[in-house]
Amino acid sequence: MKNLTQKLAPWRKWLFIIITFVLVQLLVQVGIINDYLQATIATICINIILAVSLNLITGFTGQFSLGHAGFMSIGAYVCGLTLLRMPTIWGYLASIVMGALLAAVVGFVVGLPTLRLRGDYLAIATLGMSEIIRIIFINLEITNGAAGLSGIPRFTNWVFLYIFTVGTVLLISNFLKSTHGRACISIREDEIAAEAMGINSTRYKVTAFTIGSLCAGIAGVLYAAYFYYLNPNTFGFLKSIDVLVIVVLGGMGSLSGSVLAAILLAIISTILQDFSDLRMIIYALLLVIIMIFRPQGLMGSKEISMKVFRNLGGLWPARKGEK
Amino acid sequence: MLEIKNLHVYFGVIHALKGISLTVNDGEIVTLIGANGAGKTTTLRTISGLEKPADGEIILNGKDITHTSAQERVKMGVSHVPEGRRVFPDMTVLENLELGAYLRKDKEGIAKDLETVYEHFPILYDRKKQAAGTLSGGEQQMLAIGRALMSRPKILFLDEPSMGLAPLLVQEIFRIIKNINSAGTTILLVEQNASMALQIADRAYVLETGSIVLSGTGSELMKSDEIKKAYLGG
Repeated sequence: MKNLTQKLAPWRKWLFIIITFVLVQLLVQVGIINDYLQATIATICINIILAVSLNLITGFTGQFSLGHAGFMSIGAYVCGLTLLRMPTIWGYLASIVMGALLAAVVGFVVGLPTLRLRGDYLAIATLGMSEIIRIIFINLEITNGAAGLSGIPRFTNWVFLYIFTVGTVLLISNFLKSTHGRACISIREDEIAAEAMGINSTRYKVTAFTIGSLCAGIAGVLYAAYFYYLNPNTFGFLKSIDVLVIVVLGGMGSLSGSVLAAILLAIISTILQDFSDLRMIIYALLLVIIMIFRPQGLMGSKEISMKVFRNLGGLWPARKGEK
Repeated sequence: MLEIKNLHVYFGVIHALKGISLTVNDGEIVTLIGANGAGKTTTLRTISGLEKPADGEIILNGKDITHTSAQERVKMGVSHVPEGRRVFPDMTVLENLELGAYLRKDKEGIAKDLETVYEHFPILYDRKKQAAGTLSGGEQQMLAIGRALMSRPKILFLDEPSMGLAPLLVQEIFRIIKNINSAGTTILLVEQNASMALQIADRAYVLETGSIVLSGTGSELMKSDEIKKAYLGG
């Protein structure tokens, strides 16, 4: 047994990913996970993508952005408009690519001037930007204005949700481990010192912002092709705040914190569904309480480590060269 | 090695540097002394590319670098230890040092320079896994200097390395600065602690409200009555 786990050690991350996937897929097939639970899972996955990508911008690079919903809406509308004309799997795949790229391009164009601003100013600028995007969608003919788009065929399923959620987390965690990621973190730590080390801070802030918007665009596509219906007001200021709450609650600078918080908040909302009158009050109260006792967020800037499992009878032995 | 001609810097309407000219020769320690607000830090920040001059020239090894970015200048061998240390507080000592070598690709050279930094500052080796924010002020200053050395600079800018340190530590830091210089790095040092700076400097410039008012060798200035009265306390 010990020998086997030792052999599997280098693959355990992938094993964990595959087992989770197969498990949920089986539960869906058997019918234990019903439609309602599936919708909750879709929300969780989309929120994880949004939170992890916002964490890259806000938690790791230290740029306070309130415009994430704007980028999400770009992906969502690209998907909605494409699928209403081309309701095939190819249309869906194309809209994922287009939605992600368009969101990234807008992120780049918006980021270039605004990321010269700091702190509160950047927050206001990004907030204004996402409002502009929302107003554009309300006033355009093609997006059907405030009435929104309806009857979008559903293509997003557990397979797509899972691939993109895991993909986003892996993409961003690998980015953060690279030299570029280190450069981003150093900007958060001390921008002047980073500049003095020869780090082009504008370039890395824009890079982080563009990657973040790209992921938000994908989240938007997944959303549009799951929930049938798009309305510009879904992507207002409050949506950006929702994502920010997940990031802050999980811990600025902790990817696993964002994942954990997205799941936790979804579970809390689901449980509170039965107390509809008190729901928002209890939800808000919980946030206040958590912030009083864990102001650094659930995880702080730490990551969940598989080391936790290592003490459980050698089931999770150290990799070569790992302490 | 470094030549600055008629440098002017403005902050809005404030004329912070009013035509500064100075030279630093290969292998020297040159110090820039002066009171608060004289423009010492601004001079350093402008030379390392963190501020933009309105007029003037900065020439490094015969090349005009006035309009290059801070990154370019680090590549050309300029390294800046900013005022107030500014280490990356949540990163470990080792990560801080690694970021100093950010623009370098030669892994072996980086490993070798890491050894050199640990030789200069043995305490950093002992604390390499510790978050930089938890170090004492003196240790943080050592880390900031070590981090700047990791880019293997030809010229090192030090902005007030003695700030907020105990007298014994100040001596220790200055001893190490002297060692770094002996090992072949040219140094431009900005200091308020004029007596310490003049002791180790080959040459010195005195800055007053944006202009250079005096210059000479370290020992000359130590003897000058004006300097004694204004900066050395007697």
